[in-house]
Amino acid sequence: MRSNIPVGIVGYGSYVPRFRLPAQEVSDLWTDGNAVLPVREKSVPGLDEDVATMSIEAARNALKRARIMIPGQFNPKDIGAVWVGSESHPYAVKPTSTIVAESIGATPYTQAADWQFACKAGTEAFQASIGFVGSGMAKYALAIGMDAAQGRPGDALEYTAGAGGAAYLLGPISDSFVEIEASVSYVNDTPDFWRRQYEKFPEHAGRFTGEPAYFQHVTSAAQALFEGLGKGARDFDYFVCHQPNTRFPVKAGENLGFTMDQMAAGLLVNDIGNTYAGSCLIGLTAVLDKCKPGDRIMVVSFGSGAGSDAFSLKVTRLPSHNGVLCTHDYVRRRKVIDYAQYTRLKGNYRLT
Amino acid sequence: MEVSRFWRTTKQRYQLIGEVCGHCGTKIFPPRDVCPSCDLEAKTPFEFGGKGEVFSYSTIHQAPAGFEKYVPYTVALVKLEEGPLITAQLTDVDECDVKIGMPVEMVTRALREDGERGMLIYSYKFRPVMESKSI
Repeated sequence: MRSNIPVGIVGYGSYVPRFRLPAQEVSDLWTDGNAVLPVREKSVPGLDEDVATMSIEAARNALKRARIMIPGQFNPKDIGAVWVGSESHPYAVKPTSTIVAESIGATPYTQAADWQFACKAGTEAFQASIGFVGSGMAKYALAIGMDAAQGRPGDALEYTAGAGGAAYLLGPISDSFVEIEASVSYVNDTPDFWRRQYEKFPEHAGRFTGEPAYFQHVTSAAQALFEGLGKGARDFDYFVCHQPNTRFPVKAGENLGFTMDQMAAGLLVNDIGNTYAGSCLIGLTAVLDKCKPGDRIMVVSFGSGAGSDAFSLKVTRLPSHNGVLCTHDYVRRRKVIDYAQYTRLKGNYRLT
Repeated sequence: MEVSRFWRTTKQRYQLIGEVCGHCGTKIFPPRDVCPSCDLEAKTPFEFGGKGEVFSYSTIHQAPAGFEKYVPYTVALVKLEEGPLITAQLTDVDECDVKIGMPVEMVTRALREDGERGMLIYSYKFRPVMESKSI
């Protein structure tokens, strides 16, 4: 898919909370330390953090970069949409996006909505933002993928369900430093993971989440994009994929012909866990922090239920950071906690 | 239920928007429409930059209703770069690391919730200034 009007990335920003739970802590409690660890550690939100607060900080970082890229010209009132993709919105009914829009000064004449598609919700908002800007309906659109993921105590997901994500300000190509060349969306009804209404923790279909869900959708979307562009893995400098654990994205990348040299920069899951709707989008921020003009990047999300969005991005200008926090600033900021502290932060103790 | 009270202060809590006096230039937070320096009307909105330093602080161990789950937490008087001295919680910092004069920056965080069924209240808090070391 291509928009009628060329669209690019004007600003981006990320956020990761400072607490880290080593996967070994989970294994020690539930398996006597015998589990094969899917990641080294995961990020855990503080007591005063949720998808709204993390989205606000990522959005503010994105706007700071936009102000650097187009000095004196950027006005948050020109943001025509604030869209937050997540599966852990603080309210069941009441938008996260209005809280974010109010916090960055984009209100009142803007679109605001929360998106939901498991881990694909963030790239859904990104895809829709391309359409909104690319049709001329908005000058800028802010797409956010952010999660404070839930994992049932003792479940496989508890090792990896992390917190964090990224915000992207999309706008006209003249204001951008990254051009969005093309995209593909690939979805069908594959029930590999879900959370029913009023349930606190999600359920998953075990090994079924691999081949028929994650790998089939990621590979199909990526290959469709390859075919549409007439390109292959060697035409890309970086590959960033949804990262539920350390094994899946590497295997998917290798299946598509990518090497570790192309994948390493965007792989954050070992340090921060699976940030669900934020996963590949925060991986992309780590790549953008170090990219140079001419670099081409492939990004592929995966959301259970199931689907993938694939994007081809080309860096056209060197992004200027000028003191704006980069993703590894947040990754390096870490306070290790034990399982008891983690239980408190997740609100799983009864105080009364 | 205090929905209207919190709704009225959304801009100051989310964006640190106060006022600037058109007569003497004093920056005012929270907004009060009258300049504390020259006593004249001051209604021009002013967005504070969010940077300041810890002027004084105290750690709370016996929390008021709604704040119990955060105990212990630190409340500080923060001297904003633009002048006003405001009261706010510190976050992302351990009590033993808080120092008078410590540079801090504003972040928007959950302040408390109005019971299990009530609204979530977000507000400004301050954390130690994060510097970019990546580029």
